[in-house]
Amino acid sequence: MRGSARTLPAIEVLALLLATALPLILSQFQVIFLTRLLILSLLALSFDFAWGQGGVFSFGQGLFFGLGAYVAALLATRADMTSAFVAIPLAMLAGLVVASLFGGFLLLGRRPASLIYIGMATLAASYAAQRLAAGWSKIGGQNGVSGVPFPTLGGADLEPGRGFYYVALALLVAVYLAFRYLSRSQFGLVLAAARDNESRVGALGYRTAPYKWLVFALAGGVAGLSGGLSAFHEGFAGPNLLGVLTSTQAVLYVLVGGVGTLAGAVGGVFVMEYASLELSTRFASAWPVILGGILLLVIMFLPNGLIGAVISDRARMPTFGDRRAKPKRVPVDVSEEETVGSASA
Amino acid sequence: MAAPVLEARGIEKHYAGFTALRGVDLAVRFGMVHGLIGPNGSGKSTLLNAMAGSVLPDRGTITLAGADVTRLPPHQRVRRGLSITFQVTSIVAGLSAYDNVLLALQARGSWPTLMRSGTRRGLHEDVVRSLRQFNLLHQADSIAGGLSHGEQQWLELAMAMATRPRVLLLDEPTGGMSIEERRITGQLLARAKEHTAILIVEHDLDFIRTLCDVVTVLHEGAVLDEGTPEYIASSEAVRRVYVTRA
Repeated sequence: MRGSARTLPAIEVLALLLATALPLILSQFQVIFLTRLLILSLLALSFDFAWGQGGVFSFGQGLFFGLGAYVAALLATRADMTSAFVAIPLAMLAGLVVASLFGGFLLLGRRPASLIYIGMATLAASYAAQRLAAGWSKIGGQNGVSGVPFPTLGGADLEPGRGFYYVALALLVAVYLAFRYLSRSQFGLVLAAARDNESRVGALGYRTAPYKWLVFALAGGVAGLSGGLSAFHEGFAGPNLLGVLTSTQAVLYVLVGGVGTLAGAVGGVFVMEYASLELSTRFASAWPVILGGILLLVIMFLPNGLIGAVISDRARMPTFGDRRAKPKRVPVDVSEEETVGSASA
Repeated sequence: MAAPVLEARGIEKHYAGFTALRGVDLAVRFGMVHGLIGPNGSGKSTLLNAMAGSVLPDRGTITLAGADVTRLPPHQRVRRGLSITFQVTSIVAGLSAYDNVLLALQARGSWPTLMRSGTRRGLHEDVVRSLRQFNLLHQADSIAGGLSHGEQQWLELAMAMATRPRVLLLDEPTGGMSIEERRITGQLLARAKEHTAILIVEHDLDFIRTLCDVVTVLHEGAVLDEGTPEYIASSEAVRRVYVTRA
Protein backbone atom coordinates (compact mmCIF):
# COMPACT_ATOMS: atom_id res chain seq x y z
CA MET A 1 0.00 0.00 0.00
CA ARG A 2 1.55 3.27 -1.10
CA GLY A 3 1.21 6.34 1.12
CA SER A 4 -1.93 8.07 2.30
CA ALA A 5 -3.11 11.56 1.36
CA ARG A 6 -0.83 12.91 4.08
CA THR A 7 2.35 11.41 2.65
CA LEU A 8 2.88 14.10 0.04
CA PRO A 9 2.48 17.06 2.45
CA ALA A 10 4.84 15.25 4.84
CA ILE A 11 7.44 14.89 2.07
CA GLU A 12 7.01 18.55 1.14
CA VAL A 13 7.51 19.78 4.70
CA LEU A 14 10.48 17.50 5.27
CA ALA A 15 12.11 18.63 2.03
CA LEU A 16 11.61 22.28 2.96
CA LEU A 17 13.14 21.79 6.41
CA LEU A 18 16.07 19.95 4.89
CA ALA A 19 16.57 22.58 2.19
CA THR A 20 16.54 25.34 4.80
CA ALA A 21 19.04 23.65 7.10
CA LEU A 22 21.47 22.05 4.64
CA PRO A 23 23.47 25.15 3.60
CA LEU A 24 24.41 25.69 7.24
CA ILE A 25 26.43 22.48 7.30
CA LEU A 26 27.57 22.10 3.68
CA SER A 27 30.68 23.45 1.98
CA GLN A 28 30.64 26.45 -0.36
CA PHE A 29 31.03 24.15 -3.37
CA GLN A 30 28.10 22.00 -2.27
CA VAL A 31 25.91 25.05 -1.64
CA ILE A 32 26.66 26.37 -5.13
CA PHE A 33 25.81 22.97 -6.58
CA LEU A 34 22.54 22.88 -4.63
CA THR A 35 21.67 26.40 -5.80
CA ARG A 36 22.04 25.21 -9.37
CA LEU A 37 19.59 22.42 -8.60
CA LEU A 38 17.08 24.86 -7.11
CA ILE A 39 17.25 26.95 -10.28
CA LEU A 40 16.80 23.88 -12.47
CA SER A 41 13.89 22.86 -10.23
CA LEU A 42 12.10 26.02 -11.33
CA LEU A 43 12.59 24.94 -14.94
CA ALA A 44 11.28 21.45 -14.13
CA LEU A 45 8.28 22.93 -12.28
CA SER A 46 7.47 25.04 -15.31
CA PHE A 47 7.29 21.95 -17.53
CA ASP A 48 5.37 19.95 -14.93
CA PHE A 49 2.80 22.72 -14.59
CA ALA A 50 2.35 22.97 -18.37
CA TRP A 51 2.21 19.22 -18.99
CA GLY A 52 1.20 17.61 -15.72
CA GLN A 53 -1.46 20.18 -14.81
CA GLY A 54 -2.42 21.89 -18.05
CA GLY A 55 -1.98 18.93 -20.39
CA VAL A 56 0.13 21.09 -22.74
CA PHE A 57 3.17 19.11 -23.86
CA SER A 58 5.60 22.00 -24.01
CA PHE A 59 8.72 20.39 -25.41
CA GLY A 60 10.32 23.82 -25.75
CA GLN A 61 10.71 25.14 -22.22
CA GLY A 62 14.37 25.76 -23.09
CA LEU A 63 13.21 28.62 -25.30
CA PHE A 64 11.77 30.54 -22.33
CA PHE A 65 14.61 29.51 -20.01
CA GLY A 66 17.24 30.72 -22.48
CA LEU A 67 15.27 33.87 -23.21
CA GLY A 68 15.19 34.74 -19.50
CA ALA A 69 18.92 34.04 -19.29
CA TYR A 70 19.68 36.33 -22.25
CA VAL A 71 17.46 39.12 -20.92
CA ALA A 72 19.17 39.05 -17.50
CA ALA A 73 22.66 38.74 -19.02
CA LEU A 74 22.16 41.54 -21.54
CA LEU A 75 20.58 43.86 -18.98
CA ALA A 76 23.51 43.30 -16.63
CA THR A 77 26.30 43.56 -19.21
CA ARG A 78 24.93 46.13 -21.66
CA ALA A 79 22.62 48.28 -19.54
CA ASP A 80 24.43 47.87 -16.21
CA MET A 81 21.13 46.74 -14.73
CA THR A 82 22.14 44.27 -12.05
CA SER A 83 19.41 44.89 -9.49
CA ALA A 84 17.81 41.55 -8.74
CA PHE A 85 14.52 43.36 -8.21
CA VAL A 86 14.54 44.57 -11.81
CA ALA A 87 16.54 42.14 -13.93
CA ILE A 88 15.02 38.92 -12.61
CA PRO A 89 11.38 40.09 -12.87
CA LEU A 90 12.13 41.31 -16.41
CA ALA A 91 13.56 37.88 -17.30
CA MET A 92 10.35 36.35 -16.00
CA LEU A 93 8.25 38.88 -17.88
CA ALA A 94 10.09 38.08 -21.12
CA GLY A 95 9.25 34.39 -20.72
CA LEU A 96 5.65 35.21 -19.85
CA VAL A 97 5.10 37.55 -22.81
CA VAL A 98 6.74 35.31 -25.42
CA ALA A 99 4.92 32.24 -24.07
CA SER A 100 1.63 34.19 -24.15
CA LEU A 101 2.11 35.14 -27.78
CA PHE A 102 3.40 31.75 -28.86
CA GLY A 103 0.74 29.98 -26.79
CA GLY A 104 -1.96 32.16 -28.31
CA PHE A 105 -0.83 31.11 -31.77
CA LEU A 106 -0.65 27.43 -30.80
CA LEU A 107 -3.65 26.99 -28.55
CA LEU A 108 -6.28 29.59 -29.34
CA GLY A 109 -7.00 28.62 -32.93
CA ARG A 110 -10.34 27.38 -34.20
CA ARG A 111 -9.36 23.74 -33.90
CA PRO A 112 -7.85 22.34 -30.72
CA ALA A 113 -4.15 21.64 -31.19
CA SER A 114 -3.08 18.01 -30.84
CA LEU A 115 -0.48 16.83 -28.37
CA ILE A 116 2.01 15.96 -31.13
CA TYR A 117 1.49 19.31 -32.84
CA ILE A 118 2.18 21.24 -29.66
CA GLY A 119 5.19 19.07 -28.78
CA MET A 120 6.75 19.42 -32.22
CA ALA A 121 5.96 23.12 -32.58
CA THR A 122 7.49 24.02 -29.21
CA LEU A 123 10.52 21.84 -29.87
CA ALA A 124 10.99 23.43 -33.29
CA ALA A 125 10.71 26.91 -31.78
CA SER A 126 13.31 26.02 -29.17
CA TYR A 127 15.68 24.75 -31.87
CA ALA A 128 15.07 27.79 -34.07
CA ALA A 129 15.76 30.14 -31.16
CA GLN A 130 19.04 28.37 -30.47
CA ARG A 131 20.12 28.72 -34.10
CA LEU A 132 19.01 32.34 -34.20
CA ALA A 133 21.01 33.22 -31.07
CA ALA A 134 24.05 31.31 -32.30
CA GLY A 135 24.06 33.29 -35.54
CA TRP A 136 23.29 36.71 -34.06
CA SER A 137 26.57 38.47 -33.40
CA LYS A 138 24.99 41.37 -31.47
CA ILE A 139 24.09 39.02 -28.64
CA GLY A 140 27.39 37.20 -28.72
CA GLY A 141 26.66 34.64 -31.41
CA GLN A 142 27.94 31.18 -30.66
CA ASN A 143 29.91 32.49 -27.65
CA GLY A 144 26.84 33.89 -25.94
CA VAL A 145 27.09 36.55 -23.24
CA SER A 146 29.76 35.89 -20.66
CA GLY A 147 31.08 37.85 -17.70
CA VAL A 148 27.63 38.53 -16.29
CA PRO A 149 28.22 40.42 -13.01
CA PHE A 150 26.70 39.36 -9.71
CA PRO A 151 23.20 40.65 -9.16
CA THR A 152 22.70 43.25 -6.45
CA LEU A 153 20.15 42.96 -3.69
CA GLY A 154 19.62 45.99 -1.49
CA GLY A 155 22.91 47.53 -2.64
CA ALA A 156 25.04 44.45 -1.93
CA ASP A 157 26.37 41.91 -4.42
CA LEU A 158 24.58 38.59 -4.30
CA GLU A 159 27.41 36.16 -4.90
CA PRO A 160 26.90 32.45 -5.42
CA GLY A 161 26.80 30.86 -2.00
CA ARG A 162 24.39 30.89 0.92
CA GLY A 163 22.80 34.25 0.08
CA PHE A 164 22.04 33.27 -3.51
CA TYR A 165 20.90 29.86 -2.31
CA TYR A 166 18.26 31.28 0.00
CA VAL A 167 17.02 33.71 -2.66
CA ALA A 168 16.66 30.81 -5.10
CA LEU A 169 14.99 28.70 -2.42
CA ALA A 170 12.53 31.48 -1.57
CA LEU A 171 11.59 31.86 -5.24
CA LEU A 172 11.26 28.10 -5.69
CA VAL A 173 8.99 27.82 -2.63
CA ALA A 174 6.89 30.77 -3.84
CA VAL A 175 6.43 29.27 -7.32
CA TYR A 176 5.79 25.81 -5.89
CA LEU A 177 3.09 27.11 -3.55
CA ALA A 178 1.50 29.20 -6.30
CA PHE A 179 1.35 26.24 -8.70
CA ARG A 180 0.16 23.97 -5.90
CA TYR A 181 -2.58 26.43 -5.01
CA LEU A 182 -3.74 26.78 -8.61
CA SER A 183 -3.68 23.05 -9.33
CA ARG A 184 -5.80 22.39 -6.24
CA SER A 185 -8.27 25.20 -6.88
CA GLN A 186 -11.52 25.02 -8.80
CA PHE A 187 -9.41 26.20 -11.75
CA GLY A 188 -7.24 23.11 -11.21
CA LEU A 189 -10.36 20.95 -11.22
CA VAL A 190 -11.12 22.14 -14.76
CA LEU A 191 -7.54 21.37 -15.80
CA ALA A 192 -7.65 17.91 -14.22
CA ALA A 193 -10.96 17.14 -15.90
CA ALA A 194 -9.76 18.42 -19.29
CA ARG A 195 -6.71 16.15 -19.12
CA ASP A 196 -9.00 13.20 -18.50
CA ASN A 197 -11.98 13.92 -20.78
CA GLU A 198 -11.73 17.19 -22.67
CA SER A 199 -14.85 16.70 -24.79
CA ARG A 200 -16.98 16.22 -21.67
CA VAL A 201 -15.58 19.38 -20.14
CA GLY A 202 -16.49 21.20 -23.35
CA ALA A 203 -20.01 19.78 -23.19
CA LEU A 204 -20.38 21.30 -19.72
CA GLY A 205 -19.85 24.75 -21.19
CA TYR A 206 -16.13 25.25 -20.67
CA ARG A 207 -13.83 26.46 -23.41
CA THR A 208 -10.64 24.70 -22.39
CA ALA A 209 -8.21 26.37 -24.80
CA PRO A 210 -7.89 29.61 -22.79
CA TYR A 211 -7.23 27.60 -19.63
CA LYS A 212 -4.38 25.80 -21.38
CA TRP A 213 -3.09 29.05 -22.80
CA LEU A 214 -2.91 30.62 -19.36
CA VAL A 215 -1.06 27.61 -17.94
CA PHE A 216 1.38 27.65 -20.86
CA ALA A 217 2.03 31.39 -20.38
CA LEU A 218 2.61 31.04 -16.63
CA ALA A 219 4.95 28.11 -17.25
CA GLY A 220 6.86 30.25 -19.75
CA GLY A 221 7.19 32.99 -17.15
CA VAL A 222 8.61 30.59 -14.56
CA ALA A 223 11.05 29.14 -17.10
CA GLY A 224 12.15 32.74 -17.83
CA LEU A 225 12.62 33.34 -14.11
CA SER A 226 14.72 30.19 -13.89
CA GLY A 227 16.83 31.31 -16.86
CA GLY A 228 17.40 34.78 -15.37
CA LEU A 229 18.60 33.28 -12.10
CA SER A 230 20.81 30.85 -14.00
CA ALA A 231 22.51 33.63 -15.98
CA PHE A 232 23.37 35.49 -12.77
CA HIS A 233 24.44 32.36 -10.95
CA GLU A 234 26.62 30.94 -13.72
CA GLY A 235 27.68 34.34 -15.09
CA PHE A 236 26.78 33.26 -18.59
CA ALA A 237 23.98 32.97 -21.16
CA GLY A 238 24.54 31.04 -24.37
CA PRO A 239 22.59 29.61 -27.32
CA ASN A 240 22.51 26.11 -25.85
CA LEU A 241 20.32 27.32 -23.00
CA LEU A 242 17.58 28.09 -25.54
CA GLY A 243 17.79 24.79 -27.33
CA VAL A 244 16.76 21.19 -27.50
CA LEU A 245 19.14 20.01 -24.77
CA THR A 246 17.62 22.27 -22.11
CA SER A 247 14.10 21.47 -23.30
CA THR A 248 14.76 17.73 -23.16
CA GLN A 249 16.35 18.09 -19.75
CA ALA A 250 13.15 19.64 -18.39
CA VAL A 251 11.07 16.77 -19.78
CA LEU A 252 13.41 14.13 -18.35
CA TYR A 253 13.45 15.67 -14.87
CA VAL A 254 9.68 15.44 -14.74
CA LEU A 255 9.39 11.98 -16.29
CA VAL A 256 11.89 10.60 -13.80
CA GLY A 257 10.39 12.38 -10.79
CA GLY A 258 6.72 11.88 -11.68
CA VAL A 259 4.41 13.93 -13.87
CA GLY A 260 1.74 16.15 -12.34
CA THR A 261 2.94 16.13 -8.78
CA LEU A 262 5.21 19.22 -8.66
CA ALA A 263 7.18 17.50 -5.89
CA GLY A 264 8.18 14.84 -8.42
CA ALA A 265 9.61 17.50 -10.73
CA VAL A 266 11.87 18.87 -8.00
CA GLY A 267 12.82 15.35 -6.91
CA GLY A 268 13.65 14.45 -10.51
CA VAL A 269 16.12 17.33 -10.74
CA PHE A 270 17.91 16.32 -7.56
CA VAL A 271 18.06 12.61 -8.45
CA MET A 272 19.23 13.18 -12.01
CA GLU A 273 21.78 15.86 -11.24
CA TYR A 274 23.24 13.97 -8.27
CA ALA A 275 23.41 10.81 -10.35
CA SER A 276 25.18 12.77 -13.11
CA LEU A 277 27.67 14.20 -10.62
CA GLU A 278 28.40 10.88 -8.98
CA LEU A 279 28.60 8.90 -12.20
CA SER A 280 30.82 11.46 -13.93
CA THR A 281 33.20 11.32 -10.97
CA ARG A 282 33.46 7.53 -11.08
CA PHE A 283 33.14 6.83 -14.82
CA ALA A 284 34.79 9.72 -16.63
CA SER A 285 33.80 8.72 -20.16
CA ALA A 286 31.00 6.13 -19.85
CA TRP A 287 28.77 8.05 -17.44
CA PRO A 288 26.27 9.45 -19.99
CA VAL A 289 25.55 5.94 -21.26
CA ILE A 290 25.10 4.60 -17.74
CA LEU A 291 22.85 7.53 -16.79
CA GLY A 292 20.81 7.06 -19.94
CA GLY A 293 20.33 3.38 -19.12
CA ILE A 294 19.20 4.17 -15.58
CA LEU A 295 16.72 6.80 -16.82
CA LEU A 296 15.32 4.35 -19.33
CA LEU A 297 14.78 1.76 -16.61
CA VAL A 298 13.07 4.28 -14.33
CA ILE A 299 10.73 5.43 -17.09
CA MET A 300 9.95 1.85 -18.17
CA PHE A 301 9.35 0.36 -14.75
CA LEU A 302 8.04 3.39 -12.88
CA PRO A 303 5.64 5.03 -15.34
CA ASN A 304 4.45 7.40 -12.60
CA GLY A 305 8.04 8.36 -11.80
CA LEU A 306 9.91 8.00 -8.55
CA ILE A 307 7.16 9.76 -6.60
CA GLY A 308 4.68 7.18 -7.88
CA ALA A 309 6.60 4.52 -5.98
CA VAL A 310 5.72 6.12 -2.65
CA ILE A 311 2.34 7.78 -3.29
CA SER A 312 -0.61 6.27 -5.17
CA ASP A 313 -2.61 8.24 -7.75
CA ARG A 314 -5.63 8.29 -5.43
CA ALA A 315 -3.63 9.60 -2.49
CA ARG A 316 -2.30 12.40 -4.68
CA MET A 317 -5.75 13.56 -5.73
CA PRO A 318 -6.54 16.79 -3.89
CA THR A 319 -9.82 18.08 -2.53
CA PHE A 320 -10.22 20.69 -5.22
CA GLY A 321 -10.89 24.17 -4.07
CA ASP A 322 -10.56 23.55 -0.38
CA ARG A 323 -7.34 23.76 1.52
CA ARG A 324 -8.68 23.07 4.99
CA ALA A 325 -11.45 20.67 5.87
CA LYS A 326 -13.13 18.25 3.48
CA PRO A 327 -16.69 19.57 3.36
CA LYS A 328 -17.77 16.97 0.85
CA ARG A 329 -17.67 14.34 3.57
CA VAL A 330 -20.17 16.29 5.69
CA PRO A 331 -23.61 15.81 4.08
CA VAL A 332 -25.97 18.72 4.49
CA ASP A 333 -29.58 18.30 5.49
CA VAL A 334 -31.53 17.59 2.34
CA SER A 335 -35.10 16.35 2.35
CA GLU A 336 -35.23 12.58 1.97
CA GLU A 337 -38.13 12.86 -0.43
CA GLU A 338 -35.75 14.27 -3.00
CA THR A 339 -34.16 10.86 -3.32
CA VAL A 340 -35.75 8.62 -5.93
CA GLY A 341 -35.69 4.85 -5.89
CA SER A 342 -33.07 2.98 -3.93
CA ALA A 343 -29.32 2.74 -4.05
CA SER A 344 -29.57 -0.70 -5.47
CA ALA A 345 -27.17 -0.34 -8.37
CA MET B 1 -49.46 24.61 -24.90
CA ALA B 2 -46.21 26.24 -23.70
CA ALA B 3 -43.92 27.93 -26.24
CA PRO B 4 -41.02 25.77 -27.44
CA VAL B 5 -37.82 26.13 -25.43
CA LEU B 6 -35.76 24.45 -28.13
CA GLU B 7 -36.94 24.43 -31.71
CA ALA B 8 -35.50 23.09 -34.94
CA ARG B 9 -36.95 24.30 -38.25
CA GLY B 10 -36.17 22.84 -41.67
CA ILE B 11 -32.95 21.18 -40.57
CA GLU B 12 -31.00 19.59 -43.42
CA LYS B 13 -27.69 17.81 -43.20
CA HIS B 14 -25.86 16.20 -46.10
CA TYR B 15 -22.70 14.15 -46.02
CA ALA B 16 -20.81 12.99 -49.10
CA GLY B 17 -23.38 11.02 -51.07
CA PHE B 18 -25.75 10.70 -48.14
CA THR B 19 -28.55 12.83 -46.72
CA ALA B 20 -28.88 12.46 -42.95
CA LEU B 21 -31.66 15.02 -42.34
CA ARG B 22 -34.25 16.36 -44.79
CA GLY B 23 -36.01 19.46 -43.49
CA VAL B 24 -36.76 18.28 -39.98
CA ASP B 25 -39.00 20.36 -37.68
CA LEU B 26 -39.04 19.64 -33.96
CA ALA B 27 -40.23 21.66 -30.94
CA VAL B 28 -39.32 20.75 -27.36
CA ARG B 29 -41.47 22.37 -24.65
CA PHE B 30 -40.95 23.08 -20.97
CA GLY B 31 -42.33 20.50 -18.56
CA MET B 32 -42.55 17.79 -21.21
CA VAL B 33 -40.47 14.77 -22.08
CA HIS B 34 -40.15 14.57 -25.84
CA GLY B 35 -39.11 11.20 -27.24
CA LEU B 36 -37.20 10.88 -30.50
CA ILE B 37 -37.31 7.41 -32.01
CA GLY B 38 -36.64 5.78 -35.34
CA PRO B 39 -34.82 2.86 -36.93
CA ASN B 40 -31.01 2.84 -37.05
CA GLY B 41 -29.76 5.43 -39.54
CA SER B 42 -32.95 7.48 -39.38
CA GLY B 43 -31.03 10.61 -38.28
CA LYS B 44 -31.82 10.72 -34.54
CA SER B 45 -28.24 11.21 -33.38
CA THR B 46 -27.48 13.69 -36.16
CA LEU B 47 -30.49 15.78 -35.14
CA LEU B 48 -29.54 15.60 -31.47
CA ASN B 49 -25.97 16.63 -32.29
CA ALA B 50 -27.21 19.47 -34.47
CA MET B 51 -29.31 20.75 -31.59
CA ALA B 52 -26.35 20.39 -29.21
CA GLY B 53 -24.05 22.21 -31.64
CA SER B 54 -21.58 19.45 -32.41
CA VAL B 55 -22.97 19.08 -35.95
CA LEU B 56 -23.53 22.16 -38.10
CA PRO B 57 -26.68 21.85 -40.26
CA ASP B 58 -26.47 22.77 -43.95
CA ARG B 59 -29.87 24.46 -43.83
CA GLY B 60 -32.47 25.39 -41.24
CA THR B 61 -32.45 27.18 -37.91
CA ILE B 62 -32.26 26.15 -34.27
CA THR B 63 -33.61 28.46 -31.61
CA LEU B 64 -33.05 28.18 -27.87
CA ALA B 65 -35.38 30.22 -25.67
CA GLY B 66 -36.28 32.29 -28.72
CA ALA B 67 -32.69 33.10 -29.73
CA ASP B 68 -31.10 31.75 -32.90
CA VAL B 69 -28.23 29.46 -31.86
CA THR B 70 -27.75 27.67 -35.19
CA ARG B 71 -24.15 28.82 -35.56
CA LEU B 72 -23.18 28.85 -31.90
CA PRO B 73 -20.58 26.33 -30.70
CA PRO B 74 -21.65 23.74 -28.08
CA HIS B 75 -20.12 25.48 -25.07
CA GLN B 76 -22.05 28.67 -25.79
CA ARG B 77 -25.31 26.75 -26.10
CA VAL B 78 -24.58 25.12 -22.76
CA ARG B 79 -24.11 28.55 -21.26
CA ARG B 80 -27.54 29.51 -22.60
CA GLY B 81 -29.17 26.63 -20.80
CA LEU B 82 -28.76 23.52 -22.91
CA SER B 83 -27.39 20.36 -21.36
CA ILE B 84 -26.56 17.01 -22.96
CA THR B 85 -25.68 13.49 -21.89
CA PHE B 86 -24.01 11.05 -24.21
CA GLN B 87 -24.82 7.60 -25.53
CA VAL B 88 -21.52 6.31 -24.19
CA THR B 89 -21.21 7.50 -20.61
CA SER B 90 -18.92 10.46 -20.61
CA ILE B 91 -18.16 11.30 -17.04
CA VAL B 92 -14.66 12.32 -16.00
CA ALA B 93 -13.52 8.88 -14.93
CA GLY B 94 -10.42 9.94 -13.01
CA LEU B 95 -12.24 12.34 -10.68
CA SER B 96 -14.51 11.54 -7.76
CA ALA B 97 -18.29 11.60 -8.20
CA TYR B 98 -18.36 14.74 -6.06
CA ASP B 99 -15.81 16.53 -8.25
CA ASN B 100 -17.72 15.58 -11.41
CA VAL B 101 -20.84 17.32 -10.11
CA LEU B 102 -18.83 20.26 -8.79
CA LEU B 103 -17.25 20.60 -12.24
CA ALA B 104 -20.71 20.82 -13.80
CA LEU B 105 -21.95 23.33 -11.23
CA GLN B 106 -19.01 25.70 -11.37
CA ALA B 107 -19.02 25.93 -15.18
CA ARG B 108 -20.33 29.48 -15.19
CA GLY B 109 -17.60 30.78 -12.90
CA SER B 110 -15.01 33.19 -14.24
CA TRP B 111 -11.26 32.47 -14.21
CA PRO B 112 -10.46 34.69 -11.23
CA THR B 113 -13.32 33.17 -9.25
CA LEU B 114 -12.23 29.63 -10.04
CA MET B 115 -8.59 30.44 -9.31
CA ARG B 116 -9.38 31.57 -5.80
CA SER B 117 -12.00 28.81 -5.43
CA GLY B 118 -14.55 31.50 -4.78
CA THR B 119 -17.68 29.40 -5.32
CA ARG B 120 -16.49 26.16 -3.70
CA ARG B 121 -18.23 26.51 -0.35
CA GLY B 122 -21.34 28.04 -1.82
CA LEU B 123 -21.79 25.13 -4.22
CA HIS B 124 -21.27 22.41 -1.64
CA GLU B 125 -24.93 22.09 -0.71
CA ASP B 126 -25.94 21.95 -4.37
CA VAL B 127 -23.40 19.19 -5.05
CA VAL B 128 -24.64 17.15 -2.10
CA ARG B 129 -28.25 17.70 -3.11
CA SER B 130 -27.56 16.51 -6.67
CA LEU B 131 -25.72 13.44 -5.46
CA ARG B 132 -28.51 12.60 -3.05
CA GLN B 133 -31.20 13.05 -5.69
CA PHE B 134 -29.43 10.56 -7.91
CA ASN B 135 -28.67 8.02 -5.17
CA LEU B 136 -24.97 8.77 -5.27
CA LEU B 137 -24.24 10.48 -1.98
CA HIS B 138 -22.70 7.34 -0.52
CA GLN B 139 -20.33 7.28 -3.50
CA ALA B 140 -19.33 10.96 -3.29
CA ASP B 141 -15.65 10.24 -2.75
CA SER B 142 -15.46 7.23 -5.07
CA ILE B 143 -13.58 7.56 -8.33
CA ALA B 144 -16.26 7.92 -11.02
CA GLY B 145 -14.62 5.38 -13.31
CA GLY B 146 -15.05 2.73 -10.62
CA LEU B 147 -18.83 3.18 -10.25
CA SER B 148 -21.27 0.62 -11.69
CA HIS B 149 -22.65 1.32 -15.17
CA GLY B 150 -26.00 2.46 -13.78
CA GLU B 151 -24.34 4.74 -11.26
CA GLN B 152 -22.18 6.26 -13.98
CA GLN B 153 -25.31 7.01 -16.01
CA TRP B 154 -26.96 8.63 -13.00
CA LEU B 155 -23.82 10.64 -12.38
CA GLU B 156 -24.02 11.79 -15.97
CA LEU B 157 -27.65 12.80 -15.40
CA ALA B 158 -26.74 14.51 -12.13
CA MET B 159 -24.08 16.53 -13.96
CA ALA B 160 -26.50 17.43 -16.74
CA MET B 161 -29.22 18.49 -14.28
CA ALA B 162 -26.92 20.20 -11.80
CA THR B 163 -26.82 23.41 -13.81
CA ARG B 164 -30.64 23.58 -13.95
CA PRO B 165 -30.76 23.65 -17.73
CA ARG B 166 -33.64 24.93 -19.81
CA VAL B 167 -33.37 21.87 -22.04
CA LEU B 168 -31.87 18.48 -21.37
CA LEU B 169 -30.84 16.35 -24.35
CA LEU B 170 -30.43 12.67 -23.52
CA ASP B 171 -28.85 10.18 -25.90
CA GLU B 172 -29.94 6.68 -24.87
CA PRO B 173 -29.74 7.24 -21.11
CA THR B 174 -30.76 3.67 -20.25
CA GLY B 175 -28.32 1.90 -22.55
CA GLY B 176 -26.81 -1.11 -20.75
CA MET B 177 -28.93 -0.65 -17.62
CA SER B 178 -30.70 -3.39 -15.69
CA ILE B 179 -34.51 -3.38 -15.46
CA GLU B 180 -34.34 -1.97 -11.95
CA GLU B 181 -31.92 0.74 -13.00
CA ARG B 182 -34.21 1.68 -15.88
CA ARG B 183 -37.14 1.95 -13.50
CA ILE B 184 -35.21 4.28 -11.22
CA THR B 185 -33.94 6.30 -14.18
CA GLY B 186 -37.53 6.74 -15.34
CA GLN B 187 -38.48 8.04 -11.91
CA LEU B 188 -35.53 10.44 -11.91
CA LEU B 189 -36.43 11.84 -15.32
CA ALA B 190 -40.13 12.11 -14.51
CA ARG B 191 -39.16 14.32 -11.60
CA ALA B 192 -36.61 16.23 -13.67
CA LYS B 193 -39.22 17.33 -16.21
CA GLU B 194 -40.83 19.52 -13.57
CA HIS B 195 -37.80 21.80 -13.94
CA THR B 196 -36.80 21.54 -17.58
CA ALA B 197 -37.70 20.45 -21.10
CA ILE B 198 -36.33 17.03 -22.03
CA LEU B 199 -35.54 15.57 -25.45
CA ILE B 200 -34.66 11.91 -25.27
CA VAL B 201 -33.32 9.53 -27.93
CA GLU B 202 -34.00 5.98 -26.82
CA HIS B 203 -34.36 2.51 -28.32
CA ASP B 204 -36.36 1.10 -25.42
CA LEU B 205 -39.92 1.76 -26.56
CA ASP B 206 -41.45 0.63 -23.27
CA PHE B 207 -39.35 3.25 -21.55
CA ILE B 208 -40.42 5.89 -24.09
CA ARG B 209 -44.08 4.96 -23.74
CA THR B 210 -44.13 5.23 -19.97
CA LEU B 211 -42.06 8.41 -19.75
CA CYS B 212 -42.73 10.63 -22.75
CA ASP B 213 -45.50 13.16 -23.31
CA VAL B 214 -44.77 13.54 -27.02
CA VAL B 215 -42.96 11.24 -29.43
CA THR B 216 -41.47 12.12 -32.83
CA VAL B 217 -40.62 9.31 -35.22
CA LEU B 218 -37.83 9.87 -37.72
CA HIS B 219 -37.44 7.80 -40.84
CA GLU B 220 -34.75 8.27 -43.49
CA GLY B 221 -33.91 11.73 -42.18
CA ALA B 222 -37.48 13.10 -42.13
CA VAL B 223 -40.29 13.29 -39.57
CA LEU B 224 -42.58 10.35 -40.20
CA ASP B 225 -45.13 11.08 -37.48
CA GLU B 226 -45.56 12.86 -34.17
CA GLY B 227 -47.97 12.66 -31.27
CA THR B 228 -48.65 11.10 -27.90
CA PRO B 229 -47.14 7.67 -27.20
CA GLU B 230 -50.61 6.16 -27.56
CA TYR B 231 -51.14 7.80 -30.94
CA ILE B 232 -47.69 6.70 -32.16
CA ALA B 233 -48.35 3.15 -30.99
CA SER B 234 -51.45 3.06 -33.20
CA SER B 235 -49.99 4.96 -36.18
CA GLU B 236 -50.17 2.93 -39.36
CA ALA B 237 -47.27 4.86 -40.93
CA VAL B 238 -45.07 4.05 -37.98
CA ARG B 239 -46.12 0.41 -38.00
CA ARG B 240 -45.09 0.10 -41.61
CA VAL B 241 -41.49 1.24 -41.11
CA TYR B 242 -40.85 0.54 -37.50
CA VAL B 243 -41.03 -2.77 -35.70
CA THR B 244 -42.35 -1.99 -32.26
CA ARG B 245 -42.63 -4.07 -29.16
CA ALA B 246 -46.01 -2.49 -28.37
